[in-house]
Amino acid sequence: MSMPFYVSPEQAMKDKADYARKGIARGRSGVVIQYDDGILFVAPNPSRALHKISEIYDRIAFAAVGRYNEYEILRKAGVRYADMTGYQYDRQDVTARGLANWYAQTLGTIFTDSPKPFEVEIVVAEVAEAPAEDQIYRITFDGSVNDEHGFVAMGGQAEKITTVLKEHYAEGTTLQAALTTAIAGLAAQANGDRLEITASQLEVAVLDRARVHRTFRRLTGSRLESLLAEVAPGPGTAKPGGGQGGTAEPGAGQGGTAEPGAGQAAGGPAGAAAPATPRQRKGSGSVPPTGDKGSDTEAGGAKAGGTEAGGTEAGGTEPGRDNPESPDRGGSGSR
Amino acid sequence: MSDSSARLLAAAYLSVGTSSFTEFLTTAAPELLPGTGGMSVSGSAARDLPHGTTIVAATFSGGVVMAGDRRATAGNMISQRDIEKVFRSDEYSCIGISGVAGIGLELVRLFQVELEHYEKLEGRALSLEGKANRLAGIVRANLGGAMQGLVVVPIFAGYDTDEGIGRIFNYDVAGGRYEEHRFHSIGSGSVFARGSLKKLYSDGMDASDAILACMQALYDAADDDSATGGPDVSRRIYPVVATVTADGYQRLSDQDAASAAQAVIEGRMTDPDGPLAVLRQPSGASQ
Repeated sequence: MSMPFYVSPEQAMKDKADYARKGIARGRSGVVIQYDDGILFVAPNPSRALHKISEIYDRIAFAAVGRYNEYEILRKAGVRYADMTGYQYDRQDVTARGLANWYAQTLGTIFTDSPKPFEVEIVVAEVAEAPAEDQIYRITFDGSVNDEHGFVAMGGQAEKITTVLKEHYAEGTTLQAALTTAIAGLAAQANGDRLEITASQLEVAVLDRARVHRTFRRLTGSRLESLLAEVAPGPGTAKPGGGQGGTAEPGAGQGGTAEPGAGQAAGGPAGAAAPATPRQRKGSGSVPPTGDKGSDTEAGGAKAGGTEAGGTEAGGTEPGRDNPESPDRGGSGSR
Repeated sequence: MSDSSARLLAAAYLSVGTSSFTEFLTTAAPELLPGTGGMSVSGSAARDLPHGTTIVAATFSGGVVMAGDRRATAGNMISQRDIEKVFRSDEYSCIGISGVAGIGLELVRLFQVELEHYEKLEGRALSLEGKANRLAGIVRANLGGAMQGLVVVPIFAGYDTDEGIGRIFNYDVAGGRYEEHRFHSIGSGSVFARGSLKKLYSDGMDASDAILACMQALYDAADDDSATGGPDVSRRIYPVVATVTADGYQRLSDQDAASAAQAVIEGRMTDPDGPLAVLRQPSGASQ
């Protein structure tokens, strides 16, 4: 009689998290960034029909990276959730916060219950009357939610992109400037091979603050081309930026060590409530650095340092913003 | 909510499913669908519920106009003076309702969500025919209620972006869908409104003429049907008028609706029965 091998829950969770993280890292990243008249979404996507960025409700949009079939399920579920809530109550009662929580719970449940976690990372953003009230939430495959301000990068090489975005981002910029920043950020992931920024290679959409009713608009065709034409000098300057991203990596590591403080401040109570074991294990179990997976390990390091950043909604200030690798957090934190 | 039913609900959200919001509601929350929810209602009780009355619609070159009076009646009482019964259903269509207001308004809300839901899930809007068919399904779902006296029928009009014309669809309680040409009217005063439009409508009218014709028709309906409200000058309550053209849905501003209604009223001061139709048509010419 054969005995099934015993797999400790920690190991099972770690395996799932590693699996999901690898899947997400393979894909290209996406960027969501605030500007004076709304929120901009940019993702490299050669397809005209299979969208990474979509409308959810009047003032709410959705962006995702990872496996298409999986985030498509989440997108549809989000539209159903929003339409259902709006139908049952009122249109103004549909909020990004509610939706982000719903996603967090759903993804958390899938992560714990199903043998295969979703290999996705999503952003839910809501445009408000004033930029200060805009809401941007990033939700990872394990159901952890991060409240973001200003900008957020998601997907494989989010760390690198964030570094570049941090350098370039300024509050209250124009759409043009925000797009330039976003493209500079996305260029950082190209890792030497040049990011194509033609209109046919990018999916761009905005939540336009000034519009009434449905604020979501895709920027396509000539509108996008004319915007990109003005960015065009950008990639030239972004190129060194990309290089900088490379040299700046130690800096990012520094950011990682800076994180715990902010994380502690922001996520104190929730972090304390969450069981510590998986996180500690995660910290010690960081993979040895291998050239290609540089960002992964770095993130792991930041993780180890930033244990208490585990709050469910880490303050959202830039330092508090954490890396995409936060598997155990949602597993424990969101419940 | 128990754990298992919460799981079931989550499963409905995450299911592959169709792009119809109504179908989603049927599985996830059937109690939210418009209708009686399986309760039986006696016919006399239904009669005393607020009812919406007359809606008229007419096509013109490049679009369609829909107008509704503002009265809701419960039995022989006026239950509301300024009810709105003409709504935007999406960018290129509008819907008007007559019959039991409670169910009718819910039906409109469901239809609005239905169209937007499809558009968001599929990334494209339904065709005008598709919208009209979907509405037929929603109306048919209330057949049980209609048989108990909770009758509600919509009228649907929209701009067909493929053909570049305005089109009107009429329904019966069983979900029968009938395309109407040129103009149509529903509700208690519809007999008079349609008679009036028949004499005032001409092919190839422009939008402002079509709006005026609809105003005249509503005035005639209010003239002879006690359940249809005429323009209320003292309270400044005038019919809701909406047009749908290639530029999309547009509701006439209160001011424009008021001035159109004022024009009709002024005409009636000297001529209470309204404009005269041509009695003897010149031979060979169409009207």
